Parts: sequence; C-alpha cells; structure tokens
Amino acid sequence: MEPLRKTEKDIHPMDDLLRMDRIPHIWCPGCGIGTAVTAFAAGLAKAEIDLTKTCIVSGIGCTGRVAGYVKLDSFHTTHGRAIAFATGIQVANPDLKVIVFSGDGDLISIGGNHFIHAARRNINMLVICVNNFIYAMTGGQVAPTTPLATYATTSPFGCVEPPFNIPYLADSSGAVYVARWTALHVRRLTNSIAEALKKPGFSVIEVISPCAMYYSRINRLGDGLDMMKFYHDNTEIRHGEDTKNLDIGFQTKIIVGKFVDRERPTYMDSYNKWLSGTKKD
Amino acid sequence: MKANPRDVNTGTYYMDGDVAAGHGALAAGCRFIGGYPITPSTEAAETFARIAPKAGAVFIQMEDELGSIASVMGASWSGVKTMTITSGPGYSLMMEIIGLGAMIEAPFVILNIQRGGPSTGVPTKTGQADMMQSRWGSHGDYEIIAISPDSPQELFDYTIKAFNLSEKYRCPVMIMSDECVGHMSEKVVIPPAEEIEIEPRRFYNGPKEKYLPFKPDQDLVPKMVKAGDGYNLYITGLVHDERGYPITNQKEKGKRQQFPTRRLVDKIRLNADKIIELNEEGMDDAEVVVVSYGISYRVAIRGIEKAREKGIKVGNLRLITVWPFPDKKITELASKVKAFVVPEINYGQIVFEVERCSHGQANVVLIPHGGAGVHNPDDIAEAIEYAVKEKKKIRKVIEWKTRLEKFVFEGGYKLNK
Repeated sequence: MEPLRKTEKDIHPMDDLLRMDRIPHIWCPGCGIGTAVTAFAAGLAKAEIDLTKTCIVSGIGCTGRVAGYVKLDSFHTTHGRAIAFATGIQVANPDLKVIVFSGDGDLISIGGNHFIHAARRNINMLVICVNNFIYAMTGGQVAPTTPLATYATTSPFGCVEPPFNIPYLADSSGAVYVARWTALHVRRLTNSIAEALKKPGFSVIEVISPCAMYYSRINRLGDGLDMMKFYHDNTEIRHGEDTKNLDIGFQTKIIVGKFVDRERPTYMDSYNKWLSGTKKD
Repeated sequence: MKANPRDVNTGTYYMDGDVAAGHGALAAGCRFIGGYPITPSTEAAETFARIAPKAGAVFIQMEDELGSIASVMGASWSGVKTMTITSGPGYSLMMEIIGLGAMIEAPFVILNIQRGGPSTGVPTKTGQADMMQSRWGSHGDYEIIAISPDSPQELFDYTIKAFNLSEKYRCPVMIMSDECVGHMSEKVVIPPAEEIEIEPRRFYNGPKEKYLPFKPDQDLVPKMVKAGDGYNLYITGLVHDERGYPITNQKEKGKRQQFPTRRLVDKIRLNADKIIELNEEGMDDAEVVVVSYGISYRVAIRGIEKAREKGIKVGNLRLITVWPFPDKKITELASKVKAFVVPEINYGQIVFEVERCSHGQANVVLIPHGGAGVHNPDDIAEAIEYAVKEKKKIRKVIEWKTRLEKFVFEGGYKLNK
C-alpha cells in the first residue's frame, strides 16, 4: 500500500492501518479507546495477516466508532448486533477473519445473547471488548459492568447490581482465548491481539479503559492520567488465573493476563464435517 | 442470468407453500439463511436447511430474530444472496435492523408467513395484519418492496422474484405471505434451471481507487463490492456520504442528511412503475373493483363470481406487489368506478391506501376480518352488491359488517355516552 504523505518525516507507522482522512476522532482527552485502537493497529501489523481478508465490525457507543477509523473492511452496525452481523460475514465467507471491536454495554448488555452464543458456536472471530464500566456515549449511565456501589447518572445512590465478570462469561460460554488488559498495558495488549488474531475460534480480549469524562468524574477519580496511575498501582498480572476469580469491585485490585488458551473445533470446521457426511448419501 | 442447475430441484411436486419458498430461495441463488424457528414459517427454514448443503449454501439457526436479521446483513455484504424466514413476533423484533439494511443498502429478502396477532396471537392460523408494519416498521424514512403470493406455486416463483428485486434495487424485499398459503399443499412445478431468470449482484468492476460505495448509478442504485476484496469499505448506519463516511460536519448535517435518505426513498418511488406487478380482470366495464392480495384474493374470486351471477359488473384487481403501492392505478380506476371493495384479514390497513389514492372519487368498502380464518365469500358478494347500490359519496372508509362480526359482536362494540 502506498503511504498517504510524501515526506518520510510525516509518515506515521499506522497511516496504512487507520483512515487518516477521518482524524481527528471523536474520543475525549484521557479516554482509553484510542490506546486500544493503537494497540490493535500495532497488533494487526505484528500478526502479519492478510489485511484484505480481515473485517472489523462495531456496534454502537464510544467504542462502536472504532470500525470507522480502522482501514479495513469496516462495518458500523446497530446497537448490540455487532457479533451477529460478524457471524453472518464469517459464515457466508469463511476465508474472512472478523474482529468485533465494541464496548461493554454493546457486547455484554444489549448484545449479551449474541456474545454467549457466538462463543458457544466457536465462530472464528476476535472480540475486543473495551470496558469502561459505564455507558459513556449517552452520558454516563449504569452498565452491566459497573461495579457495586459505584455512582452513575442512572444509579445516583450507587449501583445496586453485581456486575458481569467478562472473562468468566466468555470462558464458561466456550471462548478459546480469553485475556484481560488495561489501557496501561499497551505492549502486552498488542501482543495479545497479535496472538489472538492468529487463533482460530472465538477469542475475547477485555480492555479496561478509563472514562475520564463520566466514570471518573462522577466517582471523583480524577482525570485519565489518575486512572492510569491507579491501573499502574492496582493491577496484577496472573496468567492462567481461574476466570472465576476475576470480579472487579469499585477501585479494587484488577487481575489481568491471559486466562484461557485452548483448542476447540470452530463452527465452520464442524459444519464442513457434517456437510461431508451428507455428501456421502 | 440463468439459475444454477445445482440449486434447482426440477420436478412436479405436491408441497406446501413454506416448502416451496425454501426451494425458491435456493433456486434464486440464496447462499445464506440465518433464521429462528417460528410457527407457521418453520417448514421453509427446515426445507432450506435440508437442501442447502448440497448446493454449498448455509443455514444457521441463530439465537434470536435480532441475530438472524443481523447475520443476514453481514452475509449480504460478504457477497452472497441472503434471506431470513419469520412470522409476526419475530418480524417485530427485526424492525430496527431492517432500517439498517435499508440504510446500508444490503440486498436481502424476508419471508414473513403472517399469523394472527397482536403479540403471540394465533400462531397456527392466518392473518394479514403486518402489511403496514412492513412499510413503516423501522424508524426513519426508507422504502421497501413487499410481494404477496397467493399459492405454493407463487411462493416458489415470487421468492425468486423477491431475490431479483432485492439485488436490482438493493433494498429490503418482504414476501408477505400468510399461514393459509404457507400451509396450503398444492401442485408446484419447479422448472428446469435454464427457464429460471435470476438477477446477479451488481458488482462494481471499474478501477479500485475510484470506487465509491454509495455513488448511485442512473437508476439511483449504487454498485456493490464485497468484504474481503480490498476496498476498505466503511459501511455505517449513520447518515453517510458517497464514500460511506458519516456526515460529521455540524454545518452540513442538516443539508446533507437530505441526500442519502432522499435517494433511499426515490430509488423505489421513481422506479415504482418497473417494480409494481398487478393482476387485473374484468376491468373494462366494471362498476365496482375488488382490491385484494394474498389469500384474500383467492377468496374474493368466489365472492366476485357470486356477485357476477347477479349481473353486477365487478372488476378484480390483485396487488401482487403491495409496496410500493400502485397509486396511479387506483387513482385512475377511482375516476371510472363507483366503489372499491377491499377484503383483508385485518381491521383496515391497505384499505386506507386505497382510500388515499381514490381521492374521494369512489366509495371505499372494507371487509374486515380479525384473523385466524379467511373471509366468507358471501360477505364479499354482499358488500359488492351494497357498493353498487350506494348512491351517496361517503367520505370515509365504509366498514362492512360481516357475518362473523355480527355473530361475535352483534355488530360491533358500542361506547356508553
């Protein structure tokens, strides 16, 4: 691919992977989604996969805008349906590798059913779930990942519901690769994305991300940098940790790492096996 | 382009409408169906799941109807012909994503075997009460095409036509059949592949760097590419320009919102004459015209026969394409005839379109039916008789009191004043 600009000084190493004509992006200062996208672009380059055969699908929300900034075949769909849309792309053309890049509300709340069923089927896709504990695009409402007792605009007295533990949900639904990192762990996140891109089957990477505009403001947690400092002091890398132990409370320790890496036949493997059975009679 | 012989199970069969639709989908070149079981449409999905693998097509049973229709959108942009199969409640669930389909101009077909409603309603019996929903169900402005077959043979033929229309106009095409037709077993002739005309996808084949995914052709429909061809598509449900990029400039938002939605509407409205298919009979000297579609048309034939036995001149207009609505035809007829009689299995949907297009020139009589059955042809004959005799111009839809209505409600509910 030809670089967009002429002088070498002006060329950014990610120019070929991002839609530079759409920059500046819409994310706020201090947000972690940009970091996740950077890690994703670096992971794409590192994985050395065929980018023309790679698609990215997003739902709705802050993270839902990612598809529009990545220079792949990108699809920005309806709220919650990114995984189902991606299932259609993948099953209709199994040569394609599909990445679903969306937020916690989109994937775990409104799209929760598609999430568990795609994991159960083991559709060949990588799900990158940016978890900022809140519905940020709509102004900081409580999410299914909001820790207990945390404030949000629709939980003004503290969240009364226990949150989902995303790695546990993915693991128990049948995902073959499950990892969690924060926006601070850029290098490890990049490596994880590069690894998961090459892994056939349903992979999930959760990216804990600061929302400086809503989550940290309403809970008095400072700005994006303060959140990063919190991640620095309060995260612990424990590879292979049992996903049951990965609950996140309000400002409690966050366990990160690669938790699941296993082999299972993908949906298309099983389908083709079944198909070859019918062809005999 | 002719159908692929691998997809066509040529022969003469005795099969029900749902099964015929499954065969029709495959013959049309459908390569992906994402579906979710719902009575009374399941046989269509079962048929496709059984016959698809041998032709290299896929049936996937998704976790719900939202997933079904979303997977269909994805598969459509993956470059294959797609369909989903459903009925009332599932159809309601799909509405939001039908709007996405209209916005991203993904060609796809929905087979809706209508049942009695609202809500769970009467799952195993017929209804025609989703007609307005198919037109207006999703939010925002868009246009769709809806076809209403009246027999298993037509469910085969018009499923193919639905695919052809969706590929041609890149819009949602609904096959608005009903339980009666879906579960009716009749002779179905599946012709040899070389007799089946299918519309290939309108793939772009110009220079790669000049491709704009939403730049329309002369007929207002853009050319398509597929995911994985290296075009770096950006497809979004946001209002977008010809590149597919969202319109983010605040100053331009109001102005440029007009372009995409205007075209989504116009590509159907301006091509309506090419899309609309009607069946008319006995129109030359008609005093009254019966306007009907789907199973109601087949019942109306007997009602019309009875009225003709009494010497009344009745025309029979069948809406094969219900949407876009044949405005011109109805307006033209309204100036010539005394009245329209519209039997439909609901409490008034398409009848209001007929009233709109008749512009007060002819009376409009609705023969309602609450669903779970079809009309009594005698009701239709009597309504025709009344419509001929009525001298006054009545400036509203006249609701005919059918035998069933009289029996059940003694002529309708009365409010205490």
